[in-house]
Amino acid sequence: MSSQPVDPVIDRSPSISDEVKFTTCYMCACRCGIKVHLKDGELRYIEGNPDHPTNKGVLCGKGSAGIMKQHSPAKLSQPLLRVGERGKGEFKEISWDEAMQIATDRLGKIRETDPKKLAFFTGRDQSQALTGWWATNFGTPNHAAHGGFCSVNMAAAGLYSIGGSFWEFGEPDWQLSKYFVMFGVAEDHDSNPIKAGLATLKANGAKFISVNPIRTGYSAIADEWVGIRPGTDGLFIFSLIHQLLKADKVDFEYLARYTNAGWLVISNPGEANDGLFARDDEGNPLCWDGNTGQPGSAVAAGSQPTFTGQYALADGTDVEPAFALMARRYLNDDYAPEAVTDTTGIEAGTIHRIASELAEVAFEQEITLDIPWTDWAGREQAQMTGRPVAFHAMRGISAHSNGFHTCRALHLLQMLLGTIDVPGGFRYKPPFPKAIPPHQLPAGKPGQVKPNSPLGGPPLGFPTGPEDLLLEEDGTPVRIDKAYSWEAPISAHGLMHMVITNAWKADPYPIDTLFLFMANMSWNSSMNSAGMMEMLTDKKENSDDYKIPFIIYSDAFFSEMVPFADLILPDTTYLERFDAISLLDRPISSPEGPSDSIRQPVIELTRNVRPFQDVLLDLGARLKLPGMTNDDGTPKYPGGYPDYIANHERKPGIGTLAGWRGANGDKHGNGEPNPNQLQAYIDNQCFWHEQMPETMHYYKHSNQKYLDYAKERGFIGSADPVILQIYSEPLQKFRLAAQGHGDQQPPEEHRERVETYFDPLPIWYPPFEEAATDDQEFPMHALTQRPMIMYHAWDSQNAWQRQIMGSNKLYINRHTAAKLGIEDDDWIWVESHHGKIKGQARLQTGVNVDTVWTWNAISNRAGTWNLDKDVAEVKKSFLLNHLISELLPEKEGGHRYSNSDPVTGQAAWYDLRVKITKAGPHEAQESYPQFDDLEPPQQLPKRPSILRYGEIFRRKRSSKTDDSGASQ
Amino acid sequence: MTALPSQPSTKKLGLVIDLDTCVGCHACAVSCKEWNTGGPAAPLTDLNPYGKDPDGVWFNRIHTYEVSQPELGPTAGQTVHLPRSCLHCESPDCVTVCPTGASYKRAEDGIVLIDEDKCIGCKLCSWACGYGAREYDQDAGVMKKCTLCVDRIYNENLKEEERQPSCVSTCPAGARHFGDLGDENSDVSKLVAERNGFDLMPELGYKPTNKYLPPRPKSGPTSSYRPLTIDKQETVDSRFLKWVDRLFSR
Repeated sequence: MSSQPVDPVIDRSPSISDEVKFTTCYMCACRCGIKVHLKDGELRYIEGNPDHPTNKGVLCGKGSAGIMKQHSPAKLSQPLLRVGERGKGEFKEISWDEAMQIATDRLGKIRETDPKKLAFFTGRDQSQALTGWWATNFGTPNHAAHGGFCSVNMAAAGLYSIGGSFWEFGEPDWQLSKYFVMFGVAEDHDSNPIKAGLATLKANGAKFISVNPIRTGYSAIADEWVGIRPGTDGLFIFSLIHQLLKADKVDFEYLARYTNAGWLVISNPGEANDGLFARDDEGNPLCWDGNTGQPGSAVAAGSQPTFTGQYALADGTDVEPAFALMARRYLNDDYAPEAVTDTTGIEAGTIHRIASELAEVAFEQEITLDIPWTDWAGREQAQMTGRPVAFHAMRGISAHSNGFHTCRALHLLQMLLGTIDVPGGFRYKPPFPKAIPPHQLPAGKPGQVKPNSPLGGPPLGFPTGPEDLLLEEDGTPVRIDKAYSWEAPISAHGLMHMVITNAWKADPYPIDTLFLFMANMSWNSSMNSAGMMEMLTDKKENSDDYKIPFIIYSDAFFSEMVPFADLILPDTTYLERFDAISLLDRPISSPEGPSDSIRQPVIELTRNVRPFQDVLLDLGARLKLPGMTNDDGTPKYPGGYPDYIANHERKPGIGTLAGWRGANGDKHGNGEPNPNQLQAYIDNQCFWHEQMPETMHYYKHSNQKYLDYAKERGFIGSADPVILQIYSEPLQKFRLAAQGHGDQQPPEEHRERVETYFDPLPIWYPPFEEAATDDQEFPMHALTQRPMIMYHAWDSQNAWQRQIMGSNKLYINRHTAAKLGIEDDDWIWVESHHGKIKGQARLQTGVNVDTVWTWNAISNRAGTWNLDKDVAEVKKSFLLNHLISELLPEKEGGHRYSNSDPVTGQAAWYDLRVKITKAGPHEAQESYPQFDDLEPPQQLPKRPSILRYGEIFRRKRSSKTDDSGASQ
Repeated sequence: MTALPSQPSTKKLGLVIDLDTCVGCHACAVSCKEWNTGGPAAPLTDLNPYGKDPDGVWFNRIHTYEVSQPELGPTAGQTVHLPRSCLHCESPDCVTVCPTGASYKRAEDGIVLIDEDKCIGCKLCSWACGYGAREYDQDAGVMKKCTLCVDRIYNENLKEEERQPSCVSTCPAGARHFGDLGDENSDVSKLVAERNGFDLMPELGYKPTNKYLPPRPKSGPTSSYRPLTIDKQETVDSRFLKWVDRLFSR
């Protein structure tokens, strides 16, 4: 036995860093505030900023792994020009001058002749206010970011129903909600606020239900997991609505005050006004006023709309309140719990119970806050009353071809329960709510696309009817992705997943240059990835020219897409540049007030790369684009993106950032540019947040003080109340066109589709791929989720993250696996109507019995991201993307629609149907498909075989006593 | 062999980990890694970081387990995320087994640490630890482990509210709590009492200081509820007739 030891003396208070810099994380789309500790100019530690409204000091595993993003050996360091065949990855290094000259010459010729021959699409872009404006100035309508293949159903359905949506548009009242139902959220959108919110709900004793085919992450901690069959959420929601209507558990007062439930809908079958709202001479919608027994303006203060009854207007027009149309539909026994149980896979008893619990919490546990407020008509209200049931939903319901209507169904449920922007319910985040739909039309109509001219408006917007579509005189789509055509009329975020296919087919026309930023379109960001690679490298008949003639790509890393480009403009990391998280773009506000933020360079840039946004502005100046050039031809923003952020005005007084505007920096929201604005942000930890007074915290859609404030700040054009739309007139206008009314009508082949899916009330239908394939042949649903440690990260190379997840398996319910004779780690084939893949199985209990799934985007192509070629990401991992076609199976006449929602064009990733078979004992124990190895460009550094990150900090600490260092 | 303090202090610093809110996001694991790879045990070496089978030193690892209840249906059961790190036990075999005194339990606050200068890399401690909480750094040839961020919790260069282990201050779900489990009036002790906190694998007899809070009971198909009152005689027309009188002023 040794003697009683004495504790060694240790340094309790070592110095942590020489310097702390604040900035904004970009390891995913959540945009948390971070404190970056630097020691001797090196990254010592990244932590959450306690004062930041988004994350309040916490940080997820991705954010903490930012150090390894910065130290990735896959970072590009010099512009590249392709020298070998496209797809082989053979490049020569060129100077920035040469690179910019090549781009300028190419794009200049396009702009002089036909600007739409440039297709400019960005992926995980957080500067869409800039990129969209750049496309407008260039004059091409062919621009969008990744929303079309992400969650546009969620955004569009919300904006056409309640003037807001989830995530960036609004969130559950985490503090006051007592019953919370989350649909289709894996580990995503958004990251830290959801985790913190769930913990708050639980601490307050609220009940949390997760509706999701898969029980991982958030679903694992739910008080109840409802393992629904994919693509049937809409039916489940209708069944809840059915029960609530039958039990008379609907908030009629809320519906009367804040929605169009009482607006009269014209019943005139076969005529051009059928299904539209009856309006007075001023254009106001009418209600049947129960007080007067007469029709009257539905928007007048004090009107008392009836909810049911069939009426005739003075001119004989038959009308009925929107509520009655809605109620008649969902009272139908087709939506009884017992009728939907087989399709949804949810026991009828569970639906009965959840409907009962919703009603009980909403109507018997009402919350009243003693906060006076003023309603839209100037009437003082003493209290704020709320029904404390809240919902959140994301890609699980939106990434289906029935997703738009499912998302709308969820908003309808919220409206019926009276729980939109009330205490305990859903809460808007400024600048939302906006007009329904927002007053912004997509530009690119015939006559708006002209040589040497800007577009005449932004390329993306919100059509109000067929007249707002982007169609040529002959009815063909204006855009290369066919957004805003009859195939996807309300494609508010474009259809990025169709750009390569359409450009390759020259359908509707050939393009010259495809310009991409941060979008791995030859790999995990595309459907049909192998097909994409073929299209990107396909040549015209008897020619050496590629069908897609020129491809410019900007990425910070050697990703799978790099070898498929002709010109590479290497980007920086997020720690090396300025960025703006703008209210004009994808805001980070909280329900209590607007916020925006910046990134600042915290690490010295030592590679010959440039921030993409600087490059874009430089290119714009070289092309003499109007917004980027002074009258004398000199660049308008010679200081690059930071110069633009501070000095660009979208309209007078409104710029990229809302904080510290005005010459003295004393104006917020609205004010002339402040040359010292960025310094003001840096001095305030790189964010701006304006806490609104309590009286504006709820009822923002009808709260006069909030609406006046929002108008004054420039968030909305008018302070009129936003009336929530249970019944959507814009949708009916498209339907009427399909029924043969109006100047702009769909061609014959699209009529039935438009008529069916432009229903003014939410509908449910089986997802398209499921409807078009044989249930017996492809009996299973197949889904992906992004793991929490990687969701939205651009980090297939991250030394720490890949240790946590370096390969993916196909998860299958134990019960189902037993029937197929499949055990853990068996190699299995997964086949769809489009293709097949091979990977390993992993048995799970917490997954719907008809569903298999895997973690997405773990797989890498051999040679990319500067990883060894035999890593598990290559040899054992697989992408479901190879099974998903960007086109639906052929229909009569040979036409193939895109694999998308028929209303918005949202990519229907989760419609996939597959069959599973066990691989033979002699088949290679390696994932399939494998592709030719790629050789990384020589400019990439040698990857270390041992990483001793941090040893220098210890060596410096201990150097006083030991110069040799603590580790070898 | 190494002795434990003869007069163990009443102060028992440790973690309380809430399995009811842990979503398994790995935030704590990575934050631990980035803090400690520059801390007193630096570096937390990664072997083959960009190659096949990368293998690094991590003081905190997250596991996911599934409990199945096949008798209740093919999907019935529960998924639990279990963060695992040193539990700073009161009777740690990993200390007493150490032949050199490198592994020690502090008399002052109960934190179990390693004095690398004395560590000969024999790995006896990792064999002794039933929780698998010790991490051998093959490159440095020494054992490493969770320090409870001893370089943070007393650090006068940090604001008082920041003097928490990195894993605690970063946890987005608020599932990790730090404090003195020897003081029954501390917040963490009260939390353990309120939520029926438990010892991980008490049968090992190490008397872990860290505690886990169990997931609260789930609801499901067998939960009781008050059904909605629905009059089966009502039709769409009769409901509409009733609703026509439902008037509220806009």
